Amino acid sequence: MTLNVSELESHGTDDLVEVEGLEQSSVAGRSPMQLAVARFRKDRLSMVSLFFSIIIVLCAIAAPILVAAGVLHPNAVHQELLGNDGVTPKGGWSGVSGSHWLGVEPGLGRDLGARLMLALTYSLAIALTATALTVFIGTVLGIVAGFSRGIVDGVVGRFIDLTLSFPQTMMLLALSSPAVLFLRTTMADVPGFGVLEDRDRATGLYVIIILAAFGWPPVARVVRGQVLSLREREYIDAARLLGASRFRLYFKEVLPNVWAPVLVYVTLLVPAYISAEAAFAYLGVAIKPPTPTLGNILADSVNYTSADPWFFFVPGIVLALTVVVFNLVGDGARDALDPKTDR
Amino acid sequence: MTTEPVDELKPHPETSSLTGTPILEVEDLKMYFPVKSSGFLRRTIGHVQAVDGVSFQVRSGSSLGLVGESGCGKSTTGRLITRLYEPTAGRIEFDGRDIANLSERELHPLRRDIQMIFQDPYTSLNPRHTVGAIVGAPLAIHKVVPKDKILARVQELLEIVGLNPEHYNRYPHEFSGGQRQRIGIARALTLQPKLLVADEPVSALDVSIQAQVVNLLQDLQREFNIAFLFVAHDLAIVRHFCPEIAVMYLGKIVEIGDRETLYARPNHPYTQALLSAVPDVKQAKVGGRRERIRLEGDLPSPINPPSGCRFRTRCPIAQDICARVEPPLLQVGPTHKVACHFPGEVGKHPEKPITPRLLGVDDSGMPDLAAGPATDLPTGPGYSDTWFDLEHNTMGRA
Repeated sequence: MTLNVSELESHGTDDLVEVEGLEQSSVAGRSPMQLAVARFRKDRLSMVSLFFSIIIVLCAIAAPILVAAGVLHPNAVHQELLGNDGVTPKGGWSGVSGSHWLGVEPGLGRDLGARLMLALTYSLAIALTATALTVFIGTVLGIVAGFSRGIVDGVVGRFIDLTLSFPQTMMLLALSSPAVLFLRTTMADVPGFGVLEDRDRATGLYVIIILAAFGWPPVARVVRGQVLSLREREYIDAARLLGASRFRLYFKEVLPNVWAPVLVYVTLLVPAYISAEAAFAYLGVAIKPPTPTLGNILADSVNYTSADPWFFFVPGIVLALTVVVFNLVGDGARDALDPKTDR
Repeated sequence: MTTEPVDELKPHPETSSLTGTPILEVEDLKMYFPVKSSGFLRRTIGHVQAVDGVSFQVRSGSSLGLVGESGCGKSTTGRLITRLYEPTAGRIEFDGRDIANLSERELHPLRRDIQMIFQDPYTSLNPRHTVGAIVGAPLAIHKVVPKDKILARVQELLEIVGLNPEHYNRYPHEFSGGQRQRIGIARALTLQPKLLVADEPVSALDVSIQAQVVNLLQDLQREFNIAFLFVAHDLAIVRHFCPEIAVMYLGKIVEIGDRETLYARPNHPYTQALLSAVPDVKQAKVGGRRERIRLEGDLPSPINPPSGCRFRTRCPIAQDICARVEPPLLQVGPTHKVACHFPGEVGKHPEKPITPRLLGVDDSGMPDLAAGPATDLPTGPGYSDTWFDLEHNTMGRA
């Protein structure tokens, strides 16, 4: 297809002049996502929260490496640091010292700092995996439901209602031992799933599955709502007119446009799942000691509120800080992605 | 009735394109959208008769303008042609093949030949895709060009529509409305279509930009020999762009004809009202006021349209017959059809309906057994070489 360009210049000049006025260096366009990142970077609170959340994530990544390297000893028992009763650590403040920065646990005298770091690893791994699974299920079902409407939408909608009306805590408690047993025996026999024989891994997977299985409906609802309005846009008609496949319509045309609310949901889901894991631990269905998680340390610390308040507060503060910091990042992300809404 | 020189009804030299071979032939096209009741069962309680029996032709390399007020079904017609909707009934013959009921799979190869330019350049481009991805999408979907050649083709297309080819990696929000519409045009051109449905392509643009875009479309039409179905409500732009124009009212074509006849001698009261609403610069220069036909009332609901002629509720010359019998789209000139019982120029409408003899009814629309329905009524989407001569009330012949 060739066309004498000069022929068209009479109509095209206005646009070309305007365009040529721009600097050449700015030719590469900035996507809406890049603009959102720029807005996020301008917000000081969000940047500080992001900084701390990165530190927390780095701690979580570093912990197993440091344990393997012999720097951290989360399971080393220090009876010598405990007082005469054999429970409370010597010297008050949970026995904070140069070698035990956050003190030691009452009862066994294990280093609290090392245990908290490793706990972050487990808690974050569970929360992030569960979030990823939640978002995957929710987004796919939301897009399919919103796009196809009719019967498919109705089925997904009733499925959402069913999931939301399910007594999930009851189910969580009732199913915990048979489900974990199933994972450790039947599933572990399936080739490739041998790792599940480990009790902690099986329990962790159970928690992840429960969180995702009951967490996806809100994501699906948000996505479905977005898709309902997006599917009426003309660019969807344009894609359809070009003969685009269903897959292309769903995941190339629509998906990039629902990322923003989903991303916000992700950043708010992670802290929610961290605290949910803590709640599960308190109910006794999460990973059990000696493997540390934020939840089981906190559950243990509740027994020492008056005897060793320091041990009670430190894990609580770590959990609260983690949740707050991730929440603030999520808030910042929402503001950056949707500048029209005020807080 | 004053007489007019008959020669003036001969086709104008410029309308010679009306004799080209039709690339698109639409016959008795209908689109009824079901209206569902609220509540659990959602029973169908009625239909919106958005398009109700529309027939026309678009000739290769020519353009047909579709005008009418909002809600008359002109956009729906455009979307039926591109098969974004599946018609309730009727035939859409494109390039000799009926595409009205083809499945999505069967349509896929034909998608290359029929493309569309959308009304709103702000929603017709995916905000998360770069211009290169948008214009290149058709190539990727139809796999007509190897992947590494797509960029070169995209840049070529951007240049054709008057955009800087270096801007392929920008996002739509960085462009003005006119530039965005050019991107939409480039996307429609990518597969070198034979027919472009332009759904109000300039009505969302600034008036100063409208002319640029219309001129661009005209250049492209000439260069690539594309046929256009030009949907618009701006009569001036349609007149500029289309040698043939169809006027729609409430899902039906009320008048269709070549541009010169339609603008100079409209025969349907609705067309006359539409045209009288267009500001006339020449008139303003001469001074004095032009007679303006004011239509009373609102557009009736397409769920329950008026009986007989759909325009009768707002028509200044309606009589009893209009409520009883629907007027056929009667050919009244070589390239001119009108659906009215009283066709005629402004102020020269006949006092008696001209159609009863053809329909087998009397002057008030009651069935008349004496006059059997005529069978020689020219029907079909095109023009016949015989027509009903309004001057002499007889069948004329070219």
